[in-house]
Amino acid sequence: VSFIPGGLDCSISFVSHVLGKVCVHGRQKEILGVLVPRLTDLTKSDCIWQRICWRLVECVPDRWMEAVVLGFVQRAPRADVLSRLLGNLVVKNKKAQFVMTQKILLLQYGHTTAVLQNLLGYLSLDSLRRTLLLRVLQELLETWGSSSAVKHSPPEQQLYISKAILICLSHLKEPEIESCRQELLTSMMEGVKCHLDSSLPQLRCLGMVVAESISSKINIEGPVLKFQYEEDDETRELKSLLVQTPPFCVVPSLPDDDKSEKADAALPLVPESNEKSHTAAPVMPDEESDAELDSDDDLIPYDMSEDKELKIKAPVYIRDCIEVLTGSGDVDKWEATVKALESLVRKNPAATREVSVELAKILLHLEEKTCVEGFVELRQRAQVAVLTMDPIPVGKYLTSQFYSVNYSLRQRMDILDVLVLAAQELSCPKFHGKTKHSGAQKPCIQLLPGGDSSKDWRRIVDERIKSKTRRFDTGQSHVELASGPNKFNSVAGHFFFPLIHHFDRPLTTFDLLGEDHLVLGRLVHTLAILMYLAVNTMAVTAMGKALLEFVWALRFHTDSYVRQGLLSCISSVLLSVPAEWILADMTEELLETQSWLGDVVEKDPDGDCRRLALQNLLLMENLKKKLEAVPS
Amino acid sequence: MALPPPDPQFVLRGTGAAVHTLHFSCGSPEPDIPVLFSGSENGFIHVWNLKTHRVDTALDGHGRKSVYCVETIGGKDRLLSQGRDQRICLWDLAEGRTSVTDSVFTEHVGFCRCSLLEVAQGRWLMAMAARSLEEVQILELPSKTSVCTLKPEVGAKLGMPMCLKLWQLNCGSQPVLLAGYEDGSVVLWNVTMGKALSQLVCHQEPVMSLDFDSEKAKGISGSSEKVLSIWSLNEQQNLQVYKTHELVNAGISDITIRPDKKILATAGWDHRIRIFGWKKLKPLAVLDYHTATVHCVSFSDHRNLHKRLLAAGSKDQRISVWSIYAQT
Repeated sequence: VSFIPGGLDCSISFVSHVLGKVCVHGRQKEILGVLVPRLTDLTKSDCIWQRICWRLVECVPDRWMEAVVLGFVQRAPRADVLSRLLGNLVVKNKKAQFVMTQKILLLQYGHTTAVLQNLLGYLSLDSLRRTLLLRVLQELLETWGSSSAVKHSPPEQQLYISKAILICLSHLKEPEIESCRQELLTSMMEGVKCHLDSSLPQLRCLGMVVAESISSKINIEGPVLKFQYEEDDETRELKSLLVQTPPFCVVPSLPDDDKSEKADAALPLVPESNEKSHTAAPVMPDEESDAELDSDDDLIPYDMSEDKELKIKAPVYIRDCIEVLTGSGDVDKWEATVKALESLVRKNPAATREVSVELAKILLHLEEKTCVEGFVELRQRAQVAVLTMDPIPVGKYLTSQFYSVNYSLRQRMDILDVLVLAAQELSCPKFHGKTKHSGAQKPCIQLLPGGDSSKDWRRIVDERIKSKTRRFDTGQSHVELASGPNKFNSVAGHFFFPLIHHFDRPLTTFDLLGEDHLVLGRLVHTLAILMYLAVNTMAVTAMGKALLEFVWALRFHTDSYVRQGLLSCISSVLLSVPAEWILADMTEELLETQSWLGDVVEKDPDGDCRRLALQNLLLMENLKKKLEAVPS
Repeated sequence: MALPPPDPQFVLRGTGAAVHTLHFSCGSPEPDIPVLFSGSENGFIHVWNLKTHRVDTALDGHGRKSVYCVETIGGKDRLLSQGRDQRICLWDLAEGRTSVTDSVFTEHVGFCRCSLLEVAQGRWLMAMAARSLEEVQILELPSKTSVCTLKPEVGAKLGMPMCLKLWQLNCGSQPVLLAGYEDGSVVLWNVTMGKALSQLVCHQEPVMSLDFDSEKAKGISGSSEKVLSIWSLNEQQNLQVYKTHELVNAGISDITIRPDKKILATAGWDHRIRIFGWKKLKPLAVLDYHTATVHCVSFSDHRNLHKRLLAAGSKDQRISVWSIYAQT
């Protein structure tokens, strides 16, 4: 390869053919591993070599072009190197253009960020190619903003496209942004709507980060879109893509200067602090007063021992609490009542039982009157306390309200959370009051227990599979607790069946099977947890059967969060219902479910779903083995 | 053994609404009756006879909107009142009359009390919050001509003016204004030139009330937080923090220093009136009578020092009158 004397006319096409053939046979790494660094060096300053390189690539026949181009893009250390090596190939050759602007970006998603940087940087470096850059951005935004893409494509692909969009944005210059400002704005609005609609927090985050970035690019002087979300590695990485760092080559060529300018423009203007010149002067020392004649001495102070902090007393009786909460009186008293309610309820079970449904109703509709810290948690704990003190009537009330008109989504999800927390408490009596399971600190956060249900489930399922009595600190270990009756036993059915009853009946404001798929997802996860907690109760078999039928009806739902919930339901059934009963009562459902699980493992686009399905299949296998091992 | 705090000497009832402002007029010699003016939330100004402890007259001039400032202008026959109907009214009360002689339409929708200063015989300067958010307007009374408008610099973000105090070092020197703002800072303005001389950030919360002792060049301000801030003015007309005092409960509505500059009283949101010595801010007494927020405190201007009184008006519609440290 390292031939060539200057000045000779030689035909490059033979070399191109060789290169193409080798690449298409999968040997890109070897040949390009040698070729690319060599060419990089040679083309650094030598124009002739550049032209030779361009000829080389241009002459590769179309059927091998993809492999070659892909190889180059992957191997080139930086975008400017790629530009030197390929020249304007993307403009001249149709196949190369297709590969670079469509295939790599939209149809594949396994490439690294570096590849994206190379590719998009390459497109931005030459004026001829910049039109392609704009077109690419438009197509990327179209895909990003299409609701069907958000719903059906895997999260990894969406992450890839988001990265590509951000890199494109970082390369755009001011006049170009000007020209397509309106389109950017419209696509951003549509896209952000689809993303926020999704049930997966990762996708929502992606949507928010990209929308913020687009907004900051098109609105440098005005107010910028700002979302609230948790910063994690992924979001930080995405945001770092918006700012192009100039590559550390010794000779700063023109394209690099452009990039660093863009970096400056992209950073938001820091608001000036108002009080920069007016800081308080240091406190003057008190020494003077000692020297002065203290004529204050003849003023004798009175007794001030009664002067204490003003405390508003909370009511001591539950009926008083009800009065305060429903009245429109003293806000201080209201605040004190809200804070004291949970402990009062727990200390007076008999009194609570008299007014339990009324209290539950008040709490469900209670809204924040003043700014109480932790209001949502206080309310939830009070609701859980009321539910545990008097499970059956309050449970009936809450489950019926779940399917009533005129409640907000937040209230319906609150009902589900409260039912789960109370169920947990009832089934593990010593663990009430632990705050680690109250996941409702902020309104938009995940499900209990402990946040990410799929991780917990995997852990629990693995534990059960290996049949070790390892203790884990979610408090689910029934084994070593001091014995007390499982109060959940008598009420499990009361929590479970009403929730499952009306899911297919749409109301005017609430359609589980329609738009409110977020609530459906939460409902399904709730049912899974209730099922899991119902282990060893009398109703467990009936519950299991009903749950399997429910899962069967919903198994093709398009929302991946719902599907994950359905798979958790199956895990719960397999874990909670005793093996003999499963076999006796639910054989057909099991077989049907098994074939569906096989399907999910192969074809479901969501990675978590596939994992859960695999675990379920594993559980079923173990179940079979266990049953076969027992001599019948 | 410290004595328990005294009880009020008497309590005035009958305003029918929360009391927002008080002003004594007891300086005239006998046979003139000492009088206390009170402004309430129902828009009435009550003139209390301090001998009979009953209302002599009730003035209705603010369209039933809350009155939050009353002051006398040169004797108890001329009264100035400020209400939430965005007006400042001047009353003529001589010989039993109860008429509004003049009024100023301030267009101010906040709660900032105006401040009066007599600069010459029959001529007064009045500082009041104006229509525009951050401005303070100085008017001359009785002509009602505008002397100047004090505007903070652009971008200063002081917020609304919350409390004002006009003063001058002695007759003939330049009048100066101290203004406490919503962002917690106190600004010293030169009225004649219309510009700010010094600004000091005293509090994190809005300054609710302030008072100033021109002899000692020391002032005190209270806010909705737990801290009282005492600051001083040095020769270069710069404000500096002198001391802070932490209270037991947060929230001060009013602060006033007694005319003899020996003690000061604060009206608290915790229903209590606190008395401090002014020299070192030594806590002297906590007067716990009211059952709701105390909105205002005022010292009387009795010539006879033994008769001096302190009055406090509260949201519980009562005015408590105390005789405390009157002997010193």
